[in-house]
Amino acid sequence: MNTLIKKLPIVFLLFTSTYSHSSFALSEYDPLLASLRVNQLEKSTQQGEPLSWDASAWIGKNWHKVYLTSEGESSNGSTESENQLLYSTPVERFWDFQAGLGYDETPENSQTWGIVGFQGLAPYFFEINSRLLVNDKNAGVRLDAEYEALFTQRLILTPSLKLNAYTSDDKKMGIGSGLSSTELGMRLRYEFSRKFAPYIGLKWNQAYATTADYKKEEGGKTSETSLVAGLRFWF
Amino acid sequence: MNTSHKSVHPQLGRRQFVKGVALSTFTAAIGSHLPSAWAKEEFSAVGIGDINPKQPVLIGPEFDLTISETPVNITGARVKATLINNSLPAPTLVWREGETVTIRVKNTLSVDTSIHWHGIILPFQMDGVPGLSYDGIKPGETFTYQFTVQQHGTYWYHSHSEFQEQTGLYGALVILPKKTDPLDYDHDFVIQLSDWSDSAPETLYSNIKKMGDYYNYSQRTVGDFWHEVKTYGFSKAWEKRKMWNQMRMTDRDLSDVTGATYTYLMNGLSPNAHWRTVIESGKKVRLRFVNSSAMTFFDVRIPGLKMTVVAADGNLVQPVEVDEFRIGVAETYDVIVEPDTSKQAYAIFAQAIDRSGFAMGSITSDPTQLADTPEMDPLPILSMTDMGMDMGMDMDSTSHSMNSDGEMEGMSHSSQQMDMSNGSQRMTSSDHNSMNEMKHDMSSMQQRDYGHALAMEKRKMGMDVSKVDHSEHAHNMDNMNVNLDDITIPMDMNPQLPQIKIPSAEGAQIGMRAMAPKYRLDDPGVGLRENGRKVLTYADLKNHFPTRHHPKPTKELVMHLTGNMERYMWSINGIPFEDADPLNFQYGDRVRITFINDTMMNHPMHLHGVWSDLETGDENHIPRKHTVIVQPGSKISYRVTMDAKGDWAYHCHLLYHMMGMFRKVQIR
Repeated sequence: MNTLIKKLPIVFLLFTSTYSHSSFALSEYDPLLASLRVNQLEKSTQQGEPLSWDASAWIGKNWHKVYLTSEGESSNGSTESENQLLYSTPVERFWDFQAGLGYDETPENSQTWGIVGFQGLAPYFFEINSRLLVNDKNAGVRLDAEYEALFTQRLILTPSLKLNAYTSDDKKMGIGSGLSSTELGMRLRYEFSRKFAPYIGLKWNQAYATTADYKKEEGGKTSETSLVAGLRFWF
Repeated sequence: MNTSHKSVHPQLGRRQFVKGVALSTFTAAIGSHLPSAWAKEEFSAVGIGDINPKQPVLIGPEFDLTISETPVNITGARVKATLINNSLPAPTLVWREGETVTIRVKNTLSVDTSIHWHGIILPFQMDGVPGLSYDGIKPGETFTYQFTVQQHGTYWYHSHSEFQEQTGLYGALVILPKKTDPLDYDHDFVIQLSDWSDSAPETLYSNIKKMGDYYNYSQRTVGDFWHEVKTYGFSKAWEKRKMWNQMRMTDRDLSDVTGATYTYLMNGLSPNAHWRTVIESGKKVRLRFVNSSAMTFFDVRIPGLKMTVVAADGNLVQPVEVDEFRIGVAETYDVIVEPDTSKQAYAIFAQAIDRSGFAMGSITSDPTQLADTPEMDPLPILSMTDMGMDMGMDMDSTSHSMNSDGEMEGMSHSSQQMDMSNGSQRMTSSDHNSMNEMKHDMSSMQQRDYGHALAMEKRKMGMDVSKVDHSEHAHNMDNMNVNLDDITIPMDMNPQLPQIKIPSAEGAQIGMRAMAPKYRLDDPGVGLRENGRKVLTYADLKNHFPTRHHPKPTKELVMHLTGNMERYMWSINGIPFEDADPLNFQYGDRVRITFINDTMMNHPMHLHGVWSDLETGDENHIPRKHTVIVQPGSKISYRVTMDAKGDWAYHCHLLYHMMGMFRKVQIR
């Protein structure tokens, strides 16, 4: 089962990336489209100098889409990631409802979740991605918020917030109950084209309470401010 | 086969033809219809490449057109186009009113194609819309169109298949009158405006589906907000943006596809290649402007030269002299100009509505002396009026903040009163006579004859003339744009008509609703308001012929133009074409159609097969059109006699909106 889950993203991404360049019957009102969006692909000056990513791919039409998302980091050969396979449908002019499965992986362990959530644009142009995660051990909330401030038509500053919270401790996965961790970021990108933009930035990662304890035990830092540099691209 | 292809010196006089001596010198006269592509040969015109450099003109009544995929080079890159007779634009066809034309169209593409004759009255099987008129023209096939021409004027033709219209399948149609042309002029040119992208139209569409503002490089920046904060203080600036922010709407959304990818063409030539014509001083020139673009509204002016508008959508109108006009996708305007080319070369300047580019040509006495490129106007900013918001009525804090903006601007609004008792009366500022008088003495530069004429008409018809509906102030802080004081709108012309009920749907496909849409027929449109020039408005269009005796409509169909910009989903009444029932009419019905634009974009609505008689406020001079622009947040009405049996297309002519904002009309 695990190998299947591991292979699925590659198949999905290959399919969507090739499909997104084709033009099957694109002159129809509601064409089948596919897109791969790598929001972040960056190196940071954090301990371990990890490579982190935040990407999502979707395929579908106006009213029904399937999303595959992945967020994670990799340093010194060990990788942690949070992945989701979701069905998505518009429910309001600015919001999509999403539901599906999540698969989190650390070097030692993994867990799966059932997920429901909303993705969309909140007043004042905040881009929001919110998830409720549930499995037999735990329940959690993940929130991503981003705002785009244009300095010029191509130079864009994106303050962002990522937040995780859980109901129970899970030492194996390194997450503690309550507010678990946050990342506050400030990334400045330059759009050479809409679909390709390198960026630099600053981020502040903070672990809280029990999560902080787990991190300390592993030898990690509970609070880190670091520089990042990366690429943002989509097609 | 009688086709004639001539490249004739454009200075050949047309006077003989106008005086009716025409027929034998028919072909010679056509030379004056020829856009002066010949002049280009003396220059290294960048980007002409492989296509026929001389704009061909074909004279009827029989035509052979071959549609093929042909390489072109417009911007320096060699890309594929879908062309007729290897020409971009397609050849100008010349018909004569009253004759029967036969057009054989051969398709050498590997996909279906079609040709639709835009604005032409003909049997529906000849209308060229696949799925409605016929199956389209299959690869390798030849389809023969044949019909009798029942009109004269400037029209155009284009593919109605997929996105072929974007890749070059469009051409002009000049239909000569049966009788003597009432207009007097010496020279006659087609000025065909279009938009060209080296990217495939499927790519353009896919990009805007994935990111609605992909091509919008005029968005609000931090600098714009900072400028407002410095000028008005933080809290006022914040209040001003509050409504837009809460609604998540942008005031910069004018065009979906812009100069970021488009090169704008005049008769197939980019501004670099620079279309030109040589005219000696003191001659009258008829310019037939055709907007055959896929997605672009153009604001046309000839700096230093007044234009007399004599026809709109092929139909004669009473001459009106203007400095500038906005031509929506699929519209045509005929103007007469009298350039004194001994003084200067004149620039025919057509800037895109969002100022992301322009098309340009020159009228000159010397082909080496071209006109200087005029400066583009500032970026238009959408306002509350364009959202269809009735600011005076709205008593909540946002509208107060807008009013207080007005005060800050130094406008005197102490005379502004809101008469809430009947809800629709409003005072505009300053020089304003008593509301009791119908004759309002406005200091506006907009002409007001029609409003007064309308009042007289209504009095004659014994109708209530006490209600006057004035459009709102739309105070925009941006010092480039101005308020809408003193813009008047006509009263509703008709008493309540029985409504034709059609379905409507709500949902995520609807981005907004215009809360208080107004007619705004004398509104030149966002970006042209009070720019110091006389700009044409629909209120200025008066039919050359009297229309008081035309039948009055017996029922009304109201439709909402809806859409969600971010999701790029467009529809009518929230229902896209594929989910919609056809609109059914009886042959002979005279119907009033009213559009309410629940979006912030201009939509050029085109009804095939029958005429749209536009209600402009003057019952005796109702202009006849085939394409009607519905401005953002506004409403507009026109009358249609369903006098052509068959299935007809009815849709927004913005190419990438067309698939959703479309209905089939069935007249039985």
